[in-house]
Amino acid sequence: MPLIDLANPTRFLTLASRALPWLTIATLAAFAVGIGLIASAPDDYQQGATVKIMFIHVPAAWLAMGCWSVMSIAALGTLVWRHPLADVAGKAAAPLGAAFTAMCLITGMLWGRPMWGTYWVWDGRLTSVLVLFLMYLGVLALWRTVEDPARAGRAAAVLTLVGAINLPIIKFSVDWWATLHQPASVLRLGGPAIHASLLTPLLVMALAFLLLFLTLHLAAMRNEIMRRRIRAMLVREAESAAQ
Amino acid sequence: MTALANIFLRDMRLSVRLGGGALIGVLFFLIVVTLMPFAIGPDLALLARIGPAILWLGALLASLLALDRLIAADYEDGSLDLILMARVPLELSLASKALAHWLTTGLPLVIAAPLLGLLLNLDPTATGAVALTLLAGTPALTFIGLIGASLTVALRRGGLLIAVLVLPLAVPVLIFGVAASNAAIVGPVPFGTPFTILCALTLMSAVVGPFAAAAALRHGLE
Amino acid sequence: MAQFRQPARLLATELACLRGDRSVFTGLSFAVGAGQALMVNGPNGAGKSSLLRLIAGLVRIEAGQLVLEGGNPEATPGEQAHYLGHQDALKPSLSVIENLDFWVRYLGGGMTGTGAALDTVGLSRILNLPAAYLSAGQRRRLSIARLIAVARPVWLLDEPTSALDATAQAMLAGLMRQHLANGGMILAATHGPIGLDGAKELRLGGAP
Repeated sequence: MPLIDLANPTRFLTLASRALPWLTIATLAAFAVGIGLIASAPDDYQQGATVKIMFIHVPAAWLAMGCWSVMSIAALGTLVWRHPLADVAGKAAAPLGAAFTAMCLITGMLWGRPMWGTYWVWDGRLTSVLVLFLMYLGVLALWRTVEDPARAGRAAAVLTLVGAINLPIIKFSVDWWATLHQPASVLRLGGPAIHASLLTPLLVMALAFLLLFLTLHLAAMRNEIMRRRIRAMLVREAESAAQ
Repeated sequence: MTALANIFLRDMRLSVRLGGGALIGVLFFLIVVTLMPFAIGPDLALLARIGPAILWLGALLASLLALDRLIAADYEDGSLDLILMARVPLELSLASKALAHWLTTGLPLVIAAPLLGLLLNLDPTATGAVALTLLAGTPALTFIGLIGASLTVALRRGGLLIAVLVLPLAVPVLIFGVAASNAAIVGPVPFGTPFTILCALTLMSAVVGPFAAAAALRHGLE
Repeated sequence: MAQFRQPARLLATELACLRGDRSVFTGLSFAVGAGQALMVNGPNGAGKSSLLRLIAGLVRIEAGQLVLEGGNPEATPGEQAHYLGHQDALKPSLSVIENLDFWVRYLGGGMTGTGAALDTVGLSRILNLPAAYLSAGQRRRLSIARLIAVARPVWLLDEPTSALDATAQAMLAGLMRQHLANGGMILAATHGPIGLDGAKELRLGGAP
């Protein structure tokens, strides 16, 4: 597929509407398999069934970071290559990223309640995800505040790239802050040592989440293109009424 | 009456359509609350003790944020001229605008407060107390803010000045808001005492605010 | 359009206006009767806009008196006047009809229906379009619709023809003539002719 074809929004719309049903089916299938595997996975001897929150928490965390990468590439597309669909892709990814980050936080809190006895501790990992969530909300607020989509796109692209540079620094600072105040947490959600029987369902769930992201992203891009067309129609309508 | 209902509905509709103000206020609230542990450390017991104060400070600063647009938006597009020329008493129009402003920017903060209480390790009683005091106290912040917004409306960079003008006036609200929350959590004063004073402050500012703001706008004419 | 029954006269005696420390004008007297128009002209900075805003009640009267004889004694002259300033007082996120509806209800006393008013100014085809999409001329016409949808005897027009094309200027001239025929009064600040014959002139400022 030459890139020039994708650059044409009309061509993109046709492709998107052809691909969407298949992607939806693939997503549902992956989730069905994943949930089946989770149901048959053994409970943790220490954490019991609570550990299964991990199967949502960890893929959500991966996608929370992945969405920012997608947005960063889209931002480069907007600023450097001036690809006409780049800011559409960036705009469509932002609310999805925010949603996955929120999902990661909420599952983290639900998991923390029985583990720590409270919904929230200012643990290094959770806190960096919270800061990431705030950054997503900032991008969303910028998109909503700037009226003209082209200007909003460029502004959001700059913010996204600044965020991409700053996120590792933030992560590092927060980790440093967290270890300063408390020893590394004993119980880590999805730490490096993971039992093999849990790895397969986790990878299947990760695939399901990835497919979910692709489906929603494509649908959101399609909606955004249509929203811009409606905007253009309204402008034309105002012009035609000039008499 | 229809005129007042109309300006109220118009302001509600504008904030819902723009969607920015309320969300940015809540986001700012969330950021302020998140920053506190970075500054004072993640000690949950300490956070729980000063949690009501953090939430109140956050809500106070967040409610300042949107004040900038309360009158200035109407000033910039010429609507304020026509509002001044209407036969509807200016005080009542301003009160309606303030009410709409509180519903779209103040109330979301009250709703967000219990969620942020989780981050600060507040127990249900404390969370409930903070939410209740915010519900009773944030209207006072809006009505006091109305005065600041009216005084600074014609100034460039008025937004910065609003904060300087309004924050000292908000001191009593902050004192009794936090006092009532703490009274509900640790005592020893009964919750009712500071809470009643907080309600009185709100009622008083609901009266003083619109009159002072209307006077400020009329005298601002040149 | 409304017929203004009471014989009215806008009478200004020895008006003075200050902006900051600068005196814009002093000792200004004039009278505008029912059915009369007054063209305020003069060089930039002579105080044309200030005079209109002063009559509207938006600028303080330093000295002198301003009365609307035969008007509503309980209302100020400004409350019986329409002011068409440089800004259009429109909210971009509200539709054409919502913008007009708001002002009609808020200012009170809608005589002509809002639909008919929008028809007159030629915006009835885009009732539900958000005002953000309007051109400068369309925004101006929407403001003019306010003048005919709410009946007020005095019209204060500041450069009313700016941003209007020839057709719209003719439309405005027609509306002004009709307003005068109904016993209304018009004060307009303008640099050029706006299509009203027989209007009195008030020259502000020094030598031309």
